[in-house]
Order: sequence, then C-alpha cells, then structure tokens
Amino acid sequence: MVASFGPIAMAVVIATIFGLLPLGISRLVAPRKPDSVKNAPYECGVETIGPTMIQFKNHFYLYALIFVIFDVEAVFLFPWAVIFSQLGTLALVEMFVFVGLLLVGYAYAWRKGALDWV
Amino acid sequence: MNCPTDNFICNPFLYFHLAANAIFRDHLPEPLGTIIVLALTVAMVTTLIALIVMSQVWAERRIVGFMQGRLGPNRVGPAGLLQSVADAVKLLLKEIIIPTQADKIPFMLAPLLVLVPSLVVWSIIPWGPGLSVTDLNIGVLFVLGLGGIPTIGILTAGWASSNKYALLGGMRAAAQLIAYEIPLVIVVLVPVLLAGTMSLGGIVEAQSNLWFLFFLPVGPVAFLLFLVAGIAEVNRSPFDLPEAESEIVAGFHTEYSGMPFALFFLAEYANSFAVSAMTTTLFLGGWGGPILPPFIWFFLKTYAVFFVLVWIRGTLPRLRYDQLMRTAWKVALPLALVTLGVAAIELSLIRSLLG
Repeated sequence: MVASFGPIAMAVVIATIFGLLPLGISRLVAPRKPDSVKNAPYECGVETIGPTMIQFKNHFYLYALIFVIFDVEAVFLFPWAVIFSQLGTLALVEMFVFVGLLLVGYAYAWRKGALDWV
Repeated sequence: MNCPTDNFICNPFLYFHLAANAIFRDHLPEPLGTIIVLALTVAMVTTLIALIVMSQVWAERRIVGFMQGRLGPNRVGPAGLLQSVADAVKLLLKEIIIPTQADKIPFMLAPLLVLVPSLVVWSIIPWGPGLSVTDLNIGVLFVLGLGGIPTIGILTAGWASSNKYALLGGMRAAAQLIAYEIPLVIVVLVPVLLAGTMSLGGIVEAQSNLWFLFFLPVGPVAFLLFLVAGIAEVNRSPFDLPEAESEIVAGFHTEYSGMPFALFFLAEYANSFAVSAMTTTLFLGGWGGPILPPFIWFFLKTYAVFFVLVWIRGTLPRLRYDQLMRTAWKVALPLALVTLGVAAIELSLIRSLLG
C-alpha cells in the first residue's frame, strides 16, 4: 500500500517543477525595473494609511473553531462509512448518537449567534 | 464497454507506455528505469491537464461571451483557440512585481502552494478502468486533503502581499473555504457509504448498475450539495467573494503580476476542472457508459459538468458575504448531515429487506 504513494511523491515533485519552470523562464526574459511607486501597495491610487497587519474580526476565529470540530467528526465518519455494510444496525445507532452529541454543540453555537455574520 | 488497459482504443497512452518501458526499463538498471518511466508518466498527465485547462479558459470565455450577447475571444488563431497561448506568452514576458513591503519568500511560495495540489490531484482521478497514475485506497480522503492545501496558499498570498485588499481577500477565502469544506466532506461520505470503499476506481465500479445521482431520494440532494460546495471551494462565481473585483480589487492576488498571477489563474481552472471530474467520478458513474471507450465517457461527462459551472457563472449574481456564510453554516451543513443520515438508514433498510 505504501508503494502506491510513490507516484504521489513523484507527482508533487513534477508539479513543483511545473510551477517553478515558468517562474524561472520569466525571471530570464521579463524586464526588471522596480521603482518606489510601482512597488508600493496597490490601493487604487490612494496612498496607504496606517499598518496593514491589523487586528481581525474574531468571527473568523469562531468559524475556525467550529470547523475543526466538524472536520474531526468527518474524519471519524470515513472509516465508519467504508465498513458500514459489514456492521450491524448497532453501528447506525452509534453513529446517530455520535452525530447527535455534536449537534447539541452545533445548536448551542447557533443559539449563541456564533454562526451569524454581523 | 468492457475495457482492458492493454487495448489501445481503451488506453490512449498504451503506445507511450510501451515505448517508455522499452527504452528505459529494458536498458537501465532497476529502480532507475521504473522511476524514469513514472516521472515521464506523471509529467505527461500534468502537461495534458495544463493543455486541457488552457482550452477550458478559452471555452469558458467563449461560452460566457455568447451568454452575454458578445463574441468573446475570436482573433488569435481559428475561432480564438490560441488566445490562451497568447495570454500565457504575454504573462511570461511581464515584470514580476514584488511590493517593497511584501514578505518575499511566502509571496513567491503562495502560487506554488495553490498550484501543486491542483495538479497532483490528477494523478489519482481514474480516466478509465485502471487508467490512473495510482489508485489509492483512501482516494476520496486524499482528494479532500489536497483540496484543503490551497486555503493555506491563498491565506499566505493575502498575508504576504501586505496590502489591505489582499489581506481581506485572503481572510474571506479562508473563512469561505473552511465553511464549505464541512458540507463537502460530509456529503462525500454518501458515495463512500454506498460504494463501501474510498478508492475512486472502486466508487466508479460500484456505479456500474446505478449512478449514485439516481439513488433516490438522497442522490440528487447529495449531488447538488457537492456541486454547490465544490463551486464554493474553487472560488468560482457566484462564490467568488475572495476576489470580488467590485469590492476588493482582485482580492488575494491584487499584488500579483506576470507569471505568479498566471500560476494562480492556472490553478483556479485546474481546480474547477478537478471539481467537475470529481462530480463525474462520485455521482455520474465516472468512466462508465455504453459503446464509447471509457476515457471518452469520462471526458464527456466532465466537460458537461464544467459547462454547467460556466452556465452558473453566466447566470447567477455574486452572493453577499453574510448570505454566503448563512448558506454554508445554517443550510448546507444540516442538509448534508440529514442526507448522510437518510442514506445510512436507507442502506440498512435495503440490506435487511434483502436479507
């Protein structure tokens, strides 16, 4: 099984070369005439005011937290789905209990307004 | 059509494969010969995909042009077919502008982070029976994992540009991609559940009697959810908020010019085409079909799905950001869970009825 990942490693190498090659060619043939105005941040002609790396809306953080929970859940569901046909009805019930527990947290997040974009 | 890989109608790469084996495997010591043949195969698939993607850019511009009552590119070459080549050459000759305040290494790394997964994914999507570079037994999971990497690339691009629009675009992209990844991952479980395997080839074979699209009542729902979440994952209209030109210039690639921009562009279309191919593989029976060779069926279906993506782009206006988030978290996620639950119950019922 590990052997079937060999081609994947090769594909990563080839794809990286595939990306680097045009960058390299472009480095050779494209002009390079930097100046301070050209290399300034593009803001439609207006000069930038204040720092760029500012604090961000913490909603992004909330979404990321909920995402991690559901993504981990999905990872647990994959093996279950693969061997579902070999398991009994109990596996179905267990999965409903598992997802149900998560849904309680989901409902809590919903009620608290964590899913609303304001 | 029953198709062995040693039949040249079924396997368009047979002669290439035989020639490569004859030249390298027979004259060079192992493992060198095998590695060279593998590298050639992967390089050929990657080049083919890049060429297909360039033709798709042309096709999309033409189709959207006709939908909007104009002609689209029609000057370079027959019917404008060489437009993409001309664009690529132009972008190659353009200066690569790196802003003074930008973080140079992440700035140049970001396009590669987005491009590489979009090309690697093609080495496991089967074009016909046995016709993929490698058939992983965790294929579906691997595709989803690869689909998560561009998020990092886009966020890196937005952050390293040190531009407010780019940062906004990068943050939007990250939030949108993780929001739609959950319904996508859950809905992908439906074909996995029905086929009982995560290998893409196995899922296609499980559909030889009935496409999962027609597995009522969950099939159509799962298909639509997958398509919607897939479009959102590749930032296509109507989910193209990370690069909404009317709000944030060009979003995360505002500061990119020349070849790095071209890599983003190539990756975006390669991803769109990969979503079409995955829709085909998971729900439309992949390479299965009568009379014609499997790889032709695969590309026919993939192009049909891609046409639908273009059609959607030509029809629907862009969503507002709160609508986008509400759709993902309050509609798509519960719907995906219900779809999965119904599919599991239905499958157990069928099993107990059949004994």
